[in-house]
Amino acid sequence: MIYEEVPYGSRTRRTLTGAAQVLFALKIDGPLVVGLGLISAFGLVVLYSASGQSGKVVTATVMRLVLGMVAMLLLARINPNFLRRMTPWVYAAGILLLLVVAVAGHTGLGATRWLKLGPLRFQPSELMKLAVPMTCAWYLHERALPPSVVSLGALAAIILLPVGLVAIEPDLGTAALIAVAGALVIVLAGLRVRVMVALLAIAVACAWFGWSFMHDYQRRRVLTFLNPQNDPLGAGYHIIQSQIAIGSGGVFGKGWMNGSQAQLEFLPERSTDFIFAVVGEEFGLLGLLLLLLVYLFVVARAIYLATQTQDTFARLLAGSIALTFFVYVLINAGMVTGLLPVVGVPLPLVSYGGSQVVTLLAGFGILMALYSRRKLVGS
Amino acid sequence: MFDRRALVVGALMGLATLGLIARLILLQVVRHEYYSDLSQGNRVRTEPIPAARGLILDRNGEVVAANQPAYQLELVPEEVADLGDTLARLVALGLLRSDQIEELKRTIESSRSFDSVPIRLRMSDDDVARFAVRRFEFPGIDIKTRQTRWYPNGDLAVHALGYVGAISEQDLKHIDRADYAGTALIGKLGVESTYEDQLHGKNGFREVLVNAQGRSVERQGAFVPNLRTRAPSAGEDLLLSVDLKLQRIAEAALVGHRGAVVALDPGNGDVLALVSLPGFDPNLFARGITPGEYNALANDIDAPLLNRALRGAYPSGSTIKPVLGLAALTDHAITADTKVFCNAVFSLPGSRHVWRADKDEPRGYLDMPEAIARSSDVYFYRLASTLGIDRIAAFLERFGYGQPTGIDIGGEKAGLLPTPEWKRKAFKRPDEKVWYPGETVNLGIGQGYLLVTPLQLAHIAGTLAERGRGFRPRLVKGVRDAAGHVQWLAPAENAPITGVSAADWSVVIDAMVGTTHCARYCGTGWVAFKGAAYEAAGKTGTAQVYTVAQGAKYNAKTVPERLRDHAWFIAFAPAEAPRIAIAVLVENAGFGASNAAPIARKVMDAYLLDAEGKVKPAPPPGVPGAPAAPARAAPPAIITAADHT
Repeated sequence: MIYEEVPYGSRTRRTLTGAAQVLFALKIDGPLVVGLGLISAFGLVVLYSASGQSGKVVTATVMRLVLGMVAMLLLARINPNFLRRMTPWVYAAGILLLLVVAVAGHTGLGATRWLKLGPLRFQPSELMKLAVPMTCAWYLHERALPPSVVSLGALAAIILLPVGLVAIEPDLGTAALIAVAGALVIVLAGLRVRVMVALLAIAVACAWFGWSFMHDYQRRRVLTFLNPQNDPLGAGYHIIQSQIAIGSGGVFGKGWMNGSQAQLEFLPERSTDFIFAVVGEEFGLLGLLLLLLVYLFVVARAIYLATQTQDTFARLLAGSIALTFFVYVLINAGMVTGLLPVVGVPLPLVSYGGSQVVTLLAGFGILMALYSRRKLVGS
Repeated sequence: MFDRRALVVGALMGLATLGLIARLILLQVVRHEYYSDLSQGNRVRTEPIPAARGLILDRNGEVVAANQPAYQLELVPEEVADLGDTLARLVALGLLRSDQIEELKRTIESSRSFDSVPIRLRMSDDDVARFAVRRFEFPGIDIKTRQTRWYPNGDLAVHALGYVGAISEQDLKHIDRADYAGTALIGKLGVESTYEDQLHGKNGFREVLVNAQGRSVERQGAFVPNLRTRAPSAGEDLLLSVDLKLQRIAEAALVGHRGAVVALDPGNGDVLALVSLPGFDPNLFARGITPGEYNALANDIDAPLLNRALRGAYPSGSTIKPVLGLAALTDHAITADTKVFCNAVFSLPGSRHVWRADKDEPRGYLDMPEAIARSSDVYFYRLASTLGIDRIAAFLERFGYGQPTGIDIGGEKAGLLPTPEWKRKAFKRPDEKVWYPGETVNLGIGQGYLLVTPLQLAHIAGTLAERGRGFRPRLVKGVRDAAGHVQWLAPAENAPITGVSAADWSVVIDAMVGTTHCARYCGTGWVAFKGAAYEAAGKTGTAQVYTVAQGAKYNAKTVPERLRDHAWFIAFAPAEAPRIAIAVLVENAGFGASNAAPIARKVMDAYLLDAEGKVKPAPPPGVPGAPAAPARAAPPAIITAADHT
């Protein structure tokens, strides 16, 4: 036991100590939860404005947060060894579901991404965001690090199979995120620099190859990224309007619910993928820096937790979860500010909708579970 | 190993974060103003508020042109996805005609994409209802209530007034579009066109908050922004010199004929009545004339669109005689009481060509007053021949023959004062370039190449009345601004005719008085002026339309109607203190004495006499009576279809 019963001290101290004991019993990491809670709360505030003061949207998001918290609490209690043993099955189930989607999935907005289970819609690709790094970590668990060429081949197969299935849905954003999550495991496992360079070369070749297989809208997105002014009312509209929103926000912002770009609907997808621009418009540079700071804190804490875990599986998986979270932030912010092409990546815990809230919180639950079985001092 | 890797990857992400922050600083600090402007432009749209067009009132304050609210269909080009399809569907709905489409497309395409372009004026209640139920099918098109022009008197005085019509592609080239945003009409002719700048006023604007769909919204989130508005300043009212009551009487007197009546105040150039018949209803143009209606007007054999008063050029006929007489007296070519023997024929020495006078031609020894009053042709054949073309032309030019009078509306014709020099320039064949003595003889009775307009002759009659003082004729005598301040325009006096002795003026004016009297002899116009309460000075004229062959006789009954002579009468009254000068032209009506003079009598009676038939006292000079005009109406708010459907 690291926490002792304190018989004296202030009420605050007693309360904090009590809370710490509860968290410990739940295998929940306090600082991480505080960070995630801050982001979620701020997200709700922004969402209320971005959705045009829609109580419905806020309620739905609160429901998803609750669902995500429950998933986090449950997964935090899981035994890492059990999780590791279950990994191949989870992966197999995920692939199967992706195949079902490809055959009988629910089509919405020109893409087939969902499975309908009664009233629930479920995206198997979300499951793969966790299943792929888990499987990579599982594969490398008992093997020599850095991974051999054969191992790399196997890992590439593990990653590319679901990535391919998601990409043809088509959902390029999620496919990229799944690939990033798997790739981060490999990087953390220790990849030689020249191998990385070689892989980068292969990636470029794949990009060229992939171009010929892209849907029109995907190609447009890439072209639009390269020159948004080309088509200001068409595909470039998103980026131009989001830059106007952020730029016009200035240092201090226009104030909550006063962002004309967002409130007058010039900014498309303002409560989903482009909510970062709403933050920039209404809360300014200071608001964005504050939000980034909290994100950084969460990631730093998560990486710290990852370094404290016991075995290879745990470290690789925990590290991947922590870093993937931040990759989400960077990709989303990059695309909204015009640094990256517009891919459908939501801002973690702030953007409205999707299974991403549940997936992210579930991931952090797993991370906490892995941490809870850390090398205990003196054990 | 893992820890180092995690550190490296974390550091890379930290670098990426720094890159992101740099980007944010670029957008939000460095380029903040640029994006602020863009965001402002995004959400604020400037909507024009058209200024109310100035009213046009006659000299007594009676409304000649007013404004009336009417529904019209307007289109915002940038909000219409497929222009061709949208217009086609409006045709199918019966709101546009298929023959308008091409012109409309051109107008729309040359307009600014965010300006509302009127595509259908003056919609009936039925049209409004028909469109309202299907409005959702036509994004970017809406019904607007706008002020349109209304001419309550229909075709009365249309040739003086002109009209407004839809702004055309042609008009767009010479107007400032910003000034005409939200305005459908522009002056096309007459006073409406010449005084367009005064009538149009200054458009106002109002900034409205719009959302991304371009719909105007009340607020943005929790914030109601500060938007600017500038009220329009209404156009200025025009106060015409025209007396509508007199105009009505003049039109009624001429109705049934083609012709023109121009009545002026010789003391200041005020146009009291300006009639050209047939006319047309200017409301047709203000509500948007259809090609069918326009073609009917343009191809009408009676040419209702022709402003005969300003643009009809006719031989002057005998109306030239008083001026020629004055020329001869001034040049001492003859004295007033020199008697000249006249019989029915005249020929030049050494020529076989014979000028035959009419059967009513006075015969015997005639002095100048009798020759003018009884309109002797032979006397003036001789006089013209004696004076010679150069002296005649020089004197006529001083009276304004062959020059526009400078009336304050456009389109006036100069007529034609023929001279040897003009012939040299105007003709090609060498034998036509020569001025023949016979042409001088023709000029003596206002025939040949000489052409005058009714306005010119009214102006010349006024100059005779004022013994050489002439004023530029004007239709507008005052301008009233939105606050009600009237600015009276000073009469524009021409350089007076000098070098003519008072005695000579009197000879000619007395001779013209003789025309309307029957004393020692009867003047040609005496029947029309029998029993007049005032002394009128006049001159009849009969202008030949075609030349009677040598040896043939002109017989009105056998000549096709449109080749018959035009009837002229010029006059002013009272002769001793003239208050009205008039020119009457009746096309193909025959003798001026019997067909034009009675019309002049009616107009002059109406102007000079009171209800009991006594001559009204002259108004005190210099102070134009401020008309008791109706109060200005406040410009109505713009109502969109949403408010009434």
